Formats: sequence, structure tokens, C-alpha cells
Amino acid sequence: MSLNLNDLYGQVIRDHKKFPRNKGLIDGYKTLRFKNPSCGDDITVQAQLEDGVIKDIRHEGSGCAICCSSASVMSEVLKGKTLEEAKEIILDFYELIKGNMPKDEERLDEAIVYVNIHNYPPRAKCATLSWRALDALLHGEEGEQDEE
Amino acid sequence: MLNIKKDFPVLVNNPDLIYLDSCASSLKPKVVIDKIDEYYNKYGVNVNRGVYALSYHATEEYEQTREVVAKFINAKSKEIVFTRGASSALNLVASSYGMANITEGDEIIVSELEHHSNVMPWQMVAKAKKAVLKYVPLSSEGKITVDAFKQVLTNKTKVVALTYVSNVMGYITPIEEIIKLAHSVGAIVIVDAAQAVPHMKIDVKALDADFLAFSAHKMLGPTGLGVLYGKYKLLQNMDPIEFGGDMNDFVDLYDSHFKDAPHKFETGTPPIAEVIAFKEAIKYLEDLTFDEIHAHQEVLVKHLMSELEKIKGVKVYNKTATTGVVAFNIHDAHPHDVSTMFDEEHVCLRAGHHCAQLITRWLEVPGTLRACVYIYNTLEDVDKFIEVVKKAAEYFEEW
Repeated sequence: MSLNLNDLYGQVIRDHKKFPRNKGLIDGYKTLRFKNPSCGDDITVQAQLEDGVIKDIRHEGSGCAICCSSASVMSEVLKGKTLEEAKEIILDFYELIKGNMPKDEERLDEAIVYVNIHNYPPRAKCATLSWRALDALLHGEEGEQDEE
Repeated sequence: MLNIKKDFPVLVNNPDLIYLDSCASSLKPKVVIDKIDEYYNKYGVNVNRGVYALSYHATEEYEQTREVVAKFINAKSKEIVFTRGASSALNLVASSYGMANITEGDEIIVSELEHHSNVMPWQMVAKAKKAVLKYVPLSSEGKITVDAFKQVLTNKTKVVALTYVSNVMGYITPIEEIIKLAHSVGAIVIVDAAQAVPHMKIDVKALDADFLAFSAHKMLGPTGLGVLYGKYKLLQNMDPIEFGGDMNDFVDLYDSHFKDAPHKFETGTPPIAEVIAFKEAIKYLEDLTFDEIHAHQEVLVKHLMSELEKIKGVKVYNKTATTGVVAFNIHDAHPHDVSTMFDEEHVCLRAGHHCAQLITRWLEVPGTLRACVYIYNTLEDVDKFIEVVKKAAEYFEEW
């Protein structure tokens, strides 16, 4: 069989899908829910900031493997980063999804596994949904939004 | 078996493509595309307005389609309203007929099989008028049955809005009996025929349907165009929901007078090329004949269902459906994850809730994969599809 699909659903992604890290919401955190109404992906992300540093990231929701794993990967990659660092890494991630390798690959850490998404354009939104939610959250938005 | 791929430019230009998403939109035969070209190249002017020959010709071509559509479903031309699609047609009935005729305590019957466009408009009416929305309880298979319909029909029922063929499950609703029962309590029936018209002969007079809606693009016609059939007396008593050019016959400072139906519902410049070309789609279907279409489809569906049944890990939700649609999932994988594998293999199908979240929820799944076979599909298409399903069942087993 064609195993091209392993480019998309690699080991790390499958692992995060099966065993999501930092899953489950915590009362009192800043919260933002992003939904993609056309496909049903529905992710809520939370961040806890302290002195300009992201102390904790939580997520909860439902969707495809790409969407759910990406939320888990993001929570690990961005936890402990300063607000400024996190915002830069998020921008790097958007570029990665478009197929552009960022200058500093290192700081994307495990998120680099989404490098092949640009070969599957209909799935790009799945990969970025939780990142866009956190992005908006870090820019002061809260509540619930449709993100298409 | 039909052998007509050559008539469809998308299939000619993409020889590897296995197109199984016709329930979302069918492909268009060359005769339809050529007719659109003809309009823009030879007489591409406005209709109903110009007093010059070219406009007269365009108007004639436009109105001919109304006659062809009317004949196609055994209606009169004046009972055919052109809309932007089936959704617009269904919305028109709810916004006009519904808002004017539904009052507090009235009951409106719908089902969980409905496309969002046949439920949401009635939710709005029910809320605005304090009416009661009632759902036909579906059978264990997910079907609308006459017995179940009887359970929700009462003397308070004023409107019944049901699908003729479900876009997810592909079941045919026993609509003729339902219409008789509804009429016996004085209710009117709106039939969403968007998924029915591509597959079966529809006779609105035999059904005695009050309203019936469908889209051109699901039956080989252009996008952006739909049809609302309505009994003339009902249409004539309804107010338009949009006002402006062409739908009036006298405009004064504080009041105006509308044209008769169907024209009072068609304000603004319509999708002229689309309407003109639509008749070619109908002629194409009629030339094939619905007997042939049905026979072709039957062979494909039987093959499809029997092959799917053999594959471990595949769950089919509508095993007894006959209209060419199969709703399924593979292991516990999310349909979007699986659909990428089909995409890789040039198999087009749909994954998700198919604009019918109620039935997806009824099935207790996040979504389904949906493959639809239609007139241009072949047994080879089905075999190729089955090969990919087998691969997917193997690949996603470990998930």
C-alpha cells in the first residue's frame, strides 16, 4: 500500500493523538474556543500567564487527528516561553504550514512534524486551529469564535 | 450499463479521477457547458427588460427553461419559481408562507434527516410565531415511516417539511402517503427534493405536493440556481420576500403592485446563463431515461454495498439505501483523517456532517464519510474505491 500517508500521520502525531498532553480545562484560566463549522473541529485553549511567561497551556475539544494532536504538541512547545517568544514561534508555525521552513527550526521543537501538511492543503486549517486560538488568546481575545 | 464519461469534461480532463461526491454537486455534461457559452457568446444580454431582438431572444431561451422544468415534474410553467438554489426555495416558503400562516400553538413537522436548509427556516418561524416544531421519530435504521409520521401528526399540524431522499442516508421517504395524511388534517407539505430529482421521476401532481424544492447543480445543471414548485393558488396568495426590479407591475410613492407568481418572486437580474443552460441538463437526463438511470444505479449500489460488507473495520450506516449514497466510517478514525487517503488516490468523496448535523448526531458519530455513485460512475470506479477502502481499513486499524 502507499505509505505516503505516514508523511502526514507520523509517529509523533499519532502518539499525541492517542496520548494528548495538557488536556482538560482548568477553572480561572483565560479561555478561547475556536470552531471550524465546515468540518466540525472544535478546540478550546487556555493559557495561564505570569510575569510575561506562559506558565501553563491547556486544551480540550474534538476533531480529526491533525487538529487534536496539534493542540497537544502546541501546549508542550509553547509552555514556559515568554509571550514574545510564543508569538514568534506561532508565526514560524504558520510559515511551516505554508511550506516555508523558518530560520530557527530549533525552537519549533516537535511542531516540526507538521512540515508535510503543505502537501495536503485541505488539512492546513486542522493543523493551525489551536495555534490560531492561542494566538488570539495571547492578543487579548476571549470567548468563542468561528474560525474558517 | 451507461457509458457516458466522455460527455463530462471534468472526467475527460482528469482521467484518473473517481468522482463520488455527486450528492454535493454533480458534474456537468458538455451540452450544459456549451449552452452557457452560447448565451455569453451569442446573446448575452438581460431578460424581461429590453425591447430589442437580442433581449427578446434571451428572454425566450430563459422562459423555455421554465416550460421544460414544468414538464419535467408535471407542473404548469406558472408554478415554477427560479431561486438561487434549493436552500433559497425552502427559505422562501418558510419566510413567506410560514410567517404569514403559522400562529401560536400551530405545529410544524420536520425530521432529523433534514438538510439544515429544511430545518433552520422552520426553527425561525416556530420561534417567531411561538409554534411547536415536532420531529418524526426515526426508525432504528434511521428512516421516516408512515407509522412514525402518524404519531406526530395532529389537528394542530399546519406544515410538514420533509426530505424526499436523505442526503446522508439516501433513504426514500414514503412522501406520497405522508402528503395524503397531512392533507387530511389540513396541513400543507413542503418536499425537499434536492437529492431525489437526480435519481427518480418526480410527478408533483401525482404526489399532490404543495411545495417542492430542488437545485439545478445536483442534477447536471449549473450552480447558483434552484427551483421552487408551488401550487399556483398557494404561490399567488404569498407575498414576495424580496422587492425591486422586475417583480412589480406598478410602483407608486407609498404602495406598489406585484406581478403575478412566479415573477413576483424573481426580483433583480436572475442567473440568466444558468437558467438557459439548465434545460439542457434536463433534456440530457430525459434522453438517458430514468429507467436506465435507475438500472445503472442499482447495479453500482449492489456491487458497492456487497463489497463494503466484506471489509473488516468498515461500518456502513445505511445498508438498505438504494439511491446511490453510502454513509460509512472506518474503525474509529475521524472521517477527515480517512478522507485524506481517498484524496491521495484521486477519489473524491465527502467527509463530515454534510450540512445535516441532526442525523450525524442521531448516528452518534462526529461525522461520516459519504460516497455517492451517479450516472457517470462505472463498476471500475466502484472497484477502485473499494481498493482504497481496503487500504484505509488496514492503515487506520491501529488508531
